[in-house]
This record gives sequence, C-alpha cells and structure tokens, in this order.
Amino acid sequence: MGILDFLKARPKNTANIAKERLRIIVSQERSSRGSPDYLPLLRTELLAVIRKYVHVELDAINIQVERDGEHEVLELSVALPEHKPGATG
Amino acid sequence: MTETIVVTSGKGGVGKTTTSASLATGLAMQGKKVAVIDFDVGLRNLDLIMGCERRVVYDFVNVIHQEATLKQSLIRDKRHDNLYVLAASQTRDKEALTQDGVGRVLDELKADGFDYIVCDSPAGIEKGAFLAMYFADRALVVVNPEVSSVRDSDRILGLLSSKTRHAESGKGGVPAHLLLTRYNPERVGSGQMLSIGDVEEVLGLPVLGVIPEHDSVLSASNQGVPVILDATSNAGQAYVDAIARLLGEERPMRFTEAAKKGLFKRMFGS
Ligand SMILES: Nc1ncnc2c1ncn2[C@@H]1O[C@H](COP(=O)(O)OP(=O)(O)OP(=O)(O)O)[C@@H](O)[C@H]1O
Ligand SMILES: [Mg+2]
Repeated sequence: MGILDFLKARPKNTANIAKERLRIIVSQERSSRGSPDYLPLLRTELLAVIRKYVHVELDAINIQVERDGEHEVLELSVALPEHKPGATG
Repeated sequence: MTETIVVTSGKGGVGKTTTSASLATGLAMQGKKVAVIDFDVGLRNLDLIMGCERRVVYDFVNVIHQEATLKQSLIRDKRHDNLYVLAASQTRDKEALTQDGVGRVLDELKADGFDYIVCDSPAGIEKGAFLAMYFADRALVVVNPEVSSVRDSDRILGLLSSKTRHAESGKGGVPAHLLLTRYNPERVGSGQMLSIGDVEEVLGLPVLGVIPEHDSVLSASNQGVPVILDATSNAGQAYVDAIARLLGEERPMRFTEAAKKGLFKRMFGS
C-alpha cells in the first residue's frame, strides 16, 4: 500500500449529493404546494405530448400557478435538450 | 397563559418522543407546570420513555370520550410535582381522536393553569399528526441529517403554515423551530452526513438546537429516565441548551464539532 493511499481511500462526499438533490426536490415541492390537485397529472400528460416531438426528461418541465393581481397564471416552461440540426421526432 | 408546543416530524423514528420527554422535563425543571400528551394512539410509547408505564390507568382517548376525567387520567411525574403525562390509548385507533375532543382537553388544561402543553405527535401526516399540530402555538420540528427526514420536515412545515388553527385564524403559520437530532459531527466532517448549514439552507430556517447521536439516549430510554436528566450525557446537555434557547436565552452550540484526530488516526482509520 502506497504512502498516499489513505487519501484515495477516503469515502466519497455523499453529503453534497444529498444536499443538491434536496435543494431541487424541496423547491419543486414548495412551488406546487397549495396549487390545484390536477397539476401533477397535467404535468405527466403534457410530458407525454411533448415527448411525441422531443425527448425531454420529467424534470425538464416546470409548471406552476402564480398569482398576478386578480388573475392566476399557469406558467409552464420546458427546457429542451441541446438542438441537433436535422433531428426530428 | 398556556403555550401549546407540538413536537412533530413527518418521518418516523427521528426522535420526537425522546424530545417530547426531555422538553417536558426540562420545562418542569424550570418550575413550569407542564403536561405532555402522547398523540400516538395505538402505539403508546411516551409512558415508557417517561418511566410511568405501570401507572397508566386512564388515557387521552378515555378523557376525550368522557370515560374518565382529566384529573383521573393525568399521571404525575415521580421526579417533578409540576409535570404530568397523559398517555395514549393502546387499544383504540387514531380515529378515536376528534378535533372537538382534543380541543376540549387542551382547554381544560389551560383552565387548570398549565404553563406548557407538549404534544408528542405520531409519525405521518394523518389524523393523529394533524390533531397534534392543529391547536399548537409553536412547533418543534425534529429532523435528522438525512434526505427523507429533511424532505418530510419541509412537508410538515408546509402543513404548519396552512392546516392549523393558528393559520386558519389569520395569524399566519405556527411559528416553527428546527431541532436537528442524531447528529454525528465525525460523519459530517468526512462528508458522509448533511451538516447543520446544509439542513438550514435547504429548509430556509435556522436550527434551534443540535442533539448529537449518543448511546446515552438508549440507556436513558432503557431506564425510563428522560435523557435530559443525565448530566453526563452530551445529548442531555444539548437538550438543556435547546430548551433555554426556546425560552429566549442565547447559548452557543455545543457538541457539533468532531473531536480533532491526530495524523496517526487519520491515516489508519478511526
Ligand atoms: N440523539 C440520539 N442518539 C441516539 N439515539 C437516539 C437519539 N434520539 C433518538 N434516538 C433513538 O431513536 C429511536 C427513535 O426515537 P423516538 O422514539 O424518540 O422517535 P419518534 O420520532 O418518537 O418515533 P415514532 O415516529 O415511532 O414516534 C429510539 O430508539 C431512540 O432511542
Ligand atoms: Mg414517538
């Protein structure tokens, strides 16, 4: 065993991974809190439609209801994968 | 003035009952008149941790269903005259709790001049957990430095800010404090466990206290003595500090740093 092996043998920093995953899921769950019950289903159905044309992951779709004065606005954004010229669904 | 404090978490087994027992005992040690209520109907445990399991005659559900009076059902602590335990029923299910009934019992405790009512919530977000938090003036959210516990506590924070009497009466959500328990500074140091700062950042709330993971908690529960009464226990002392902060005192955090290791230990393992 080399003299520096103890450095490599250190366990991986999994706490950072945990924190990053939590940051994302907690903010997602907070933004959907108190919003209509149909949102998760709407999100899944929209995803199915979008996937007919482009392949996106579930977390590429961000959907939320925001209050804008008198109105409620359903806000939807889809992060598309990097554009490949000529590729069609 | 009575203050009702719920000890809750969402996730099970994170240390709610351990915390409720030490919180109630700690407040009683400050001379306050305290009642601690087990809301975990069907899975009574607080009586064991408080060491009064053989003195349970009537329970919370009996009082709610008017099968016994509150006076008959409150168990006086052996160590503190001003501390009382109200046990959960072991034979009924959580549907035996009703919102009106719980409200009536809490009102009666208030009329009896209790300073604090500590509500030990069951895990989950169903009826028992809902009723334990519904009437609360303050909440202690027990969280472990672990992904599912952190996520669940955020969920609970959401419920505290919407599904409580406090929120419904337009006063905003129940003021909540985070209590980080089963903390292991060595594992945090080696990047194996979420740190205090990580949990605060994800949940967006400061941590009121940090209770280290320690064997003394198990030996305290073995003996039916709340760990706060063990003056040699780091976990017990951390509870003393956390309660002082809850009552408005400022105290530095203790037991949150890993013991310094020599080079030899670092090279050849812990
Ligand atoms: N700081 C600690 N160090 C070591 N062990 C602990 C600590 N806190 C709690 N425990 C242990 O964790 C276990 C669960 O604790 P406890 O019963 O208080 O959790 P709980 O949240 O009330 O569980 P439930 O959700 O089932 O009601 C017990 O065995 C207890 O001894
Ligand atoms: Mg419990």
